[in-house]
Amino acid sequence: MSTNSQKYRNSFLKEVEANVEEGEWVKMCMQCGVCAGSCPLGKHWDHPPQEIFMMIRAGKREEVLSSDSMWMCTSCYNCIARCPRGLPITHIMHGLAVYSKRLGLMPDNQPTAEFGQIFWDNLMKKGRVNELKMGLSMYFKDGFSQGVKNAMANQKLGQNMMKAKRMNAMEIMGGHGVKSPGDLAKIIKKAQEIEDGNIQDFS
Amino acid sequence: MAKIELSFYPGCSSQKGATSSNYLVSAQTMCEELDITLNEIPDWNCCGASIGYGGGGELPRLTLSARNIALSEEHNAGQEIVSPCAACWLNTREAKERLNEDEKMMQDANTALAEGGLRFKGEVNVRHMVEVLVEDIGFDAIKDKVKKPLEGLKIAGYVGCQTNRPFGIAGESFENPQYLDKIVEAVGADSIPTFEKKVQCCGGALAFSEPEKSQEMIHGIIEAAYDNGADMIVTPCPLCQANVEIYQDQINETYGTKFDMPVVYYSTLMSVAFGRNATDAALNGHIIKAKKLEEIASK
Repeated sequence: MSTNSQKYRNSFLKEVEANVEEGEWVKMCMQCGVCAGSCPLGKHWDHPPQEIFMMIRAGKREEVLSSDSMWMCTSCYNCIARCPRGLPITHIMHGLAVYSKRLGLMPDNQPTAEFGQIFWDNLMKKGRVNELKMGLSMYFKDGFSQGVKNAMANQKLGQNMMKAKRMNAMEIMGGHGVKSPGDLAKIIKKAQEIEDGNIQDFS
Repeated sequence: MAKIELSFYPGCSSQKGATSSNYLVSAQTMCEELDITLNEIPDWNCCGASIGYGGGGELPRLTLSARNIALSEEHNAGQEIVSPCAACWLNTREAKERLNEDEKMMQDANTALAEGGLRFKGEVNVRHMVEVLVEDIGFDAIKDKVKKPLEGLKIAGYVGCQTNRPFGIAGESFENPQYLDKIVEAVGADSIPTFEKKVQCCGGALAFSEPEKSQEMIHGIIEAAYDNGADMIVTPCPLCQANVEIYQDQINETYGTKFDMPVVYYSTLMSVAFGRNATDAALNGHIIKAKKLEEIASK
């Protein structure tokens, strides 16, 4: 019976429910649009959250997963605070973004996606963020000459931060970190393996 | 006032030479004055902040915070975890709640933590420093500690996002929280309850990745503070502080404004009002000098 009843349900919604963080909430959206009206980046989105949710229910897989809308989330949680049905919208947006990346469908050169990866790689090296190296990686992500331009454009800001002792050139030598980054890496690698193992194949 | 002992999670940006190192200094000063002992969680790691999702998935991210909680439960047993940072608090509290609600997730996180010989129990409360002030200390006790009232200063209370949502401070509205204005009043300054951008997002991590979009929002926040007659902005969040302070030059260039608005922490205000000097209040850690606070501190 259960396999039979599943036939009537759209498979992209099932895929989102199975593989996207908090995806099981998508079907609860009642299309009121409060999230769209509350999002500080709303005007920059191709599709606001309630539209994304309806597109998932309509089976628009490619269109949803290749959208850069989810990457506009600043994690301000306004949508969560206001949603009348209590949908964890911020988490669904993060989940959709990461899932599109996993499948290789996210838009090329999406700056926030690139920054997210730079941030994660940076924190995983020593267990704590090295702000100086993170900033430089971001400036130089599109090559050396663009990096120099970016660094020049922000030169005054950097000098101001150094003067206030809120940036330290010596961080380039190593900086802060946990005692045993290798142990932390092992923990996170295991978590990643478990998560990968939980992904269901819908291709 | 009873002595309070807390398990302290300072977070990456609070470290020496990082963007909110001045927050840590002023928070420590404030806690000394309020008889709060902060026992740092040994060997804590980054919480993943608000942008960590872009590189680490759900379980790796939750496991990062589970490790900090496990370390706290092991080394600072019985003590509540407190963080001065909005994202640190949010991620740690979220991880605690999510793992407690979801048995499978708890098992998975503990399987991962076992690789480092750790175990998450999830029995400990996770709080923001502001919660301790509001709930355990109280506005009256703060007022009683004031030696140098910040008289004549008009201060816009910028609560921002993650200290306010999704958890917020108990008893406070998400749309119009009052506690920061009450702290401003308690230290003898004038609050600005009509500051309409008090819970507006500053752009968070997008200040790095999409500066034009973020700076448009920051511009609105500072403009509203000016138009409401503020001498300075106060915030409980390290990223709000940085974003609203350090881009003012660039915003002035883009928008033709002449912003020169100091942005300080509640702990800065309290350190000065409690009679401590400018160094203890970490006023030297600001790019836009809070001159009026420096004057009061040197009196």
